[in-house]
Amino acid sequence: MNTILKEHLLNTLKKGSREDGRSFTSYRPITVETGISPKSAEGSARVTIGETEVVVGIKTEIGQPYSDKPDEGSIMVNAELLPLSSPEFESGPPNINSIELSRVVDRSIREGKALDFKKLCIRSGEKMWIILIDIYPLNDDGNLFDAAALAALVALKDAKFPKLVEDKIQYGELSNEKLPLQCFPVSCTVFKIGDSFIVDPGKTEEAQMDARLTVAFLENGNICALQKGGDKGLSFEDINKMVEIAQEKTEELRRHI
Amino acid sequence: MALLIQDKAIVVPGEELAEGMDYLPGTDVLREGEKLIATKVGLVNISGRLIKLIPLSGKYIPKKNDIILGKVVGMGFSGWRVDIDWAFEANLALRDASTEFIEKTADLSQYYNFEDWIVCQITAVAAGGRLIDLTMKGSGLRKLGPGRIISVTPSKVPRIIGKQGSMISLIKETTNCKISVGQNGLVWISGEDSHKELIAVRAIEKIEAESHISGLTDRIKAFLEGEHQ
Repeated sequence: MNTILKEHLLNTLKKGSREDGRSFTSYRPITVETGISPKSAEGSARVTIGETEVVVGIKTEIGQPYSDKPDEGSIMVNAELLPLSSPEFESGPPNINSIELSRVVDRSIREGKALDFKKLCIRSGEKMWIILIDIYPLNDDGNLFDAAALAALVALKDAKFPKLVEDKIQYGELSNEKLPLQCFPVSCTVFKIGDSFIVDPGKTEEAQMDARLTVAFLENGNICALQKGGDKGLSFEDINKMVEIAQEKTEELRRHI
Repeated sequence: MALLIQDKAIVVPGEELAEGMDYLPGTDVLREGEKLIATKVGLVNISGRLIKLIPLSGKYIPKKNDIILGKVVGMGFSGWRVDIDWAFEANLALRDASTEFIEKTADLSQYYNFEDWIVCQITAVAAGGRLIDLTMKGSGLRKLGPGRIISVTPSKVPRIIGKQGSMISLIKETTNCKISVGQNGLVWISGEDSHKELIAVRAIEKIEAESHISGLTDRIKAFLEGEHQ
């Protein structure tokens, strides 16, 4: 049974409009800012989509390469859903939502080969760079996924390696060397509510969604990551339609990088 | 012995409003020794010797006889638990829930189910707000149909309603929407036309943002007329 809020939302969508008057496939205004924390992070960015605000910081560490990939570096993505950003978030160990958010961002960067992992290796089998991508939502007004994914890419682009003296990182002193970025896998999340497909939902729309699909696209149109969420299933037609919308929207999002 | 601020000034918590014993503390004003101090962000209102504050923001604090909007979040043997946007859930007892008789064995979800929104009235506030009793018996108290809920600062509710309901009627008439405003700052809006419903939402947001600036009614009227065309 639908709640009164959902019933109302379905009626509104059926009439072809959304609660805030946007079209189904339009984003709220997006702003991107880089280098917001030059003292404490190697790279940083703040992205807002409407009232949703996400900050991403890039830190670097030195570690030992994994035994199965001795000549590659690595990344680590961590998302913390701060209680200040939404009444629904609690402090404490990461929950399923924050893990999903970080995994989705991680997968698009890793599988899209955004970073050249080979170039993150300092000495084969001995030392590698670990790039830590920390995601902090400052305000959740829906669509954290797209905001976080975009912020992570922009922050990576902003980041520079710190200076290295005898294999020790000199934190606070940056070199001129940028991270070995190869491409930008941009992701877009399409939501299904009733029979309608929308992008960039607000908080109330997001709470009423039936299913969502996050699709990450490379510049050449290849899909590099997918994530499905929500309680209800999706048919083949649904997925085709959602991928189509996502491809169109990622081209638009790409302009912000 | 003197007033330190002017009438209708905007003050912040901790700000000194007056010195000496010539003035008396009203709502949201505290006396500390010789001084009167503001406890909230708000507009100063001086009437005779009394200094009180009209808060610009703040949480809803339940009062007896307030008509509010609430969401059903729990069901027990003796009634429902209702979220009224306050630190503690309120209690809607079986005997206060309906004018008709409810059998002890009845399925309570037929009356009010989880996630249902209701317009109810507070009949009692006890234990510092921990125990709140609600009733559904009274004119205008009902279960709400499909609509959207927005939340505004509770202190702005009188401005949204207006003198004798003038402001809310103005919005209802121009936008053709059904609107229910609760004292707890929750507003239920339902309109046939989604665009007009959005205008109603924007108008209420505008009132919330600009209620402390004079000439509000004229501005809202102009806004509604402008949007209408």
